[in-house]
Order: sequence, then C-alpha cells, then structure tokens
Amino acid sequence: MKISPRTRNYIYFGLFMAFIAVSFLLKYEPGVAMGNNFYLFAKDMVLILPPAFILIGLFDVWAKREVIEKHFGETADARGFVWSILLAATTVGGTFVAFPVANALYHKGARYSMIMTYITAASLVMIPMSIMEAAILGPKFTAVRILVSLPLVVIGSIFIEKLLLRMKYRIPEVQEVQK
Amino acid sequence: MIGLYIVTAVLVLVSLIADRQKTVKGIRIGVKKFRKILPNYLKLLILIAIVLFFTEGLIVRYLGQENGLLGIMAGMLLGSATMMPGFIAYPLAGVLVERGVLYMVVAGFVTTLMMVGVLTYPVEKEYMGAKGTIIRNGVSFVIAAVIALAMGVFYGEVIL
Repeated sequence: MKISPRTRNYIYFGLFMAFIAVSFLLKYEPGVAMGNNFYLFAKDMVLILPPAFILIGLFDVWAKREVIEKHFGETADARGFVWSILLAATTVGGTFVAFPVANALYHKGARYSMIMTYITAASLVMIPMSIMEAAILGPKFTAVRILVSLPLVVIGSIFIEKLLLRMKYRIPEVQEVQK
Repeated sequence: MIGLYIVTAVLVLVSLIADRQKTVKGIRIGVKKFRKILPNYLKLLILIAIVLFFTEGLIVRYLGQENGLLGIMAGMLLGSATMMPGFIAYPLAGVLVERGVLYMVVAGFVTTLMMVGVLTYPVEKEYMGAKGTIIRNGVSFVIAAVIALAMGVFYGEVIL
C-alpha cells in the first residue's frame, strides 16, 4: 500500500499529538515544553488561517486579471512596490498568510518582483509587531530596521525576478486536493 | 485578529449581495486550498515546537558573545533556524539587550527570525516552488546581514 505525503503528514501529526498527550500524563518535561510551544503557534494559526483562506478564495473569483496585471504586473511602475508594501503591512498572520496570497497574486498576473517584495515586507513591517518592537527595543531600533530594509527589499526583489526569469522559472499552481 | 474576522464577514456579505454563486464558488476555492495545505502547516507546527525546545537555551548562551561579528553570525543562524511569534521574540530580545547583548546582534537575530524561514520550507515550497523558496531565503539572509551591520553603525557598535 502506498501512503501519500498528505496522509504521511497526518500520521506524523497523530504520533506527535500522542507523544504530547503521554508527556502531559507522565509529566515528561521536554514533551510538556514542546506541547506548550505547539499550542502557542497552533492557537494563532487556527484563528487566522480559516478567514484568510476564505478571503483568498474570494480574491480568486473577484479580482480581475487586468487590474492585477496593471498594478502588479509587467506594466506596473514603482507605485506597485508601494502597494505591495502597504498590502504587506496590513496582512494579518505574517508569512503564513503571505505565501498563499502571493501565490494567488502571481497566478492573477503579478510579477515576481512584486510578490517577492510583498512576502519579504510582510515579514518585516507588520504594523502590530512593529509597534510592539518599538515599545520594547525603542523607536530608534524599529525606525532604523524598517528604513534600512525597505530599499533593500525592493532591490533584492528585482534581483530575484531577474534570476528567476533567466531560469525560466514557473511558480507551481497549487493543485486541487486529490480524492 | 478581531479585525480580520470583521473584514472577512463584511466582504463575504458584500460578495453575497453582489453575486451569490460567485461567493459560494470563492469560498469553495478557499476551503479547497486550505485543505490542500493543512497537512503542511501541521508539519510546520510540529517542527517549530521541537526546534524551539532545543534552541531556547542556545539563544541566550550564544548571542552574548564578546566578539560582535561572531555574535551576529550566531544570532543570524539561530534566527534562521527558529521561528517565534512576535509576543515571544520581542520580550526575549528585550531581555537580551538588558543583559548587554549588542543591538546589531539582536537585529540580526530578530530580522532572520522573521525573514528567513528554514522551518517554513514545507509550506513555502508549495506556494513558491523549491528553487523560488531557496533563492528568496538566500537573498533575505543577505539583507538581514546588511540590516544588522547598519544597526551596528547607528548604535555606534561598529566603528567605520
């Protein structure tokens, strides 16, 4: 019998959960610590991912290819980068949500440099996180980090685009679930 | 977080009013995409939980290097290898700074933590492809290094 990678991941997950459950019962410290780490992330993802994917689905049916192409595609000008960064700053959930959104944008005609700017900026300039950072490490830290990184992000994204185009790279279409 | 739910609810409602069929189709696409990627997210959560357990001690031990450059390297490697939510990462960064860890080391750590994801590979490769993921993370690592050094300059930790 062949086991698909999907099923295998679910099996890993089942084993891990069993391990955590046993650890809690036996008060096995490392297992309990891992369980707590897991809970920390899982809580956020369980809350954020479902609405995020509904929005991605709606984007898929409503967003017009021409509009995305015009603002984020081949004909986009420098303002496209500003839009990408603003979209990133307001994306809830950081890169976990940014990856599928970027993929959706790409398949609607956005160019590599725009989606790369978007993903990278989504991990760097999320508004709630930056506010927390400024409160703990000081506004100077946050200001330097963001002001130094944004130009680099744009330059880096243009570089990545050149590289990927030279490789004639195609981003995979996310396949349908196999029944 | 509540904002996300309000925005989603409003948009679904608007979409329903505009076109029922399209909305149902959209939500179905979203659910399908979510089901497809869910096992990868679960794998990611397991990896994070395990790696975080082993690296927490290392972070406190290795970031306080006397040598700033070695500190940056340690910070960036640990930052790339781990993932933390902001509400854990920033208090930790605050503790590190209080203990006298250089700002540029903390910057290297925090920036790679957010930008470079070795652990997020199982999810990122589904959406960006394997090569795209590797290239993006490579470039991000270089950018993080520049940010760390710039931070050193601004805080007077690197003498030019």
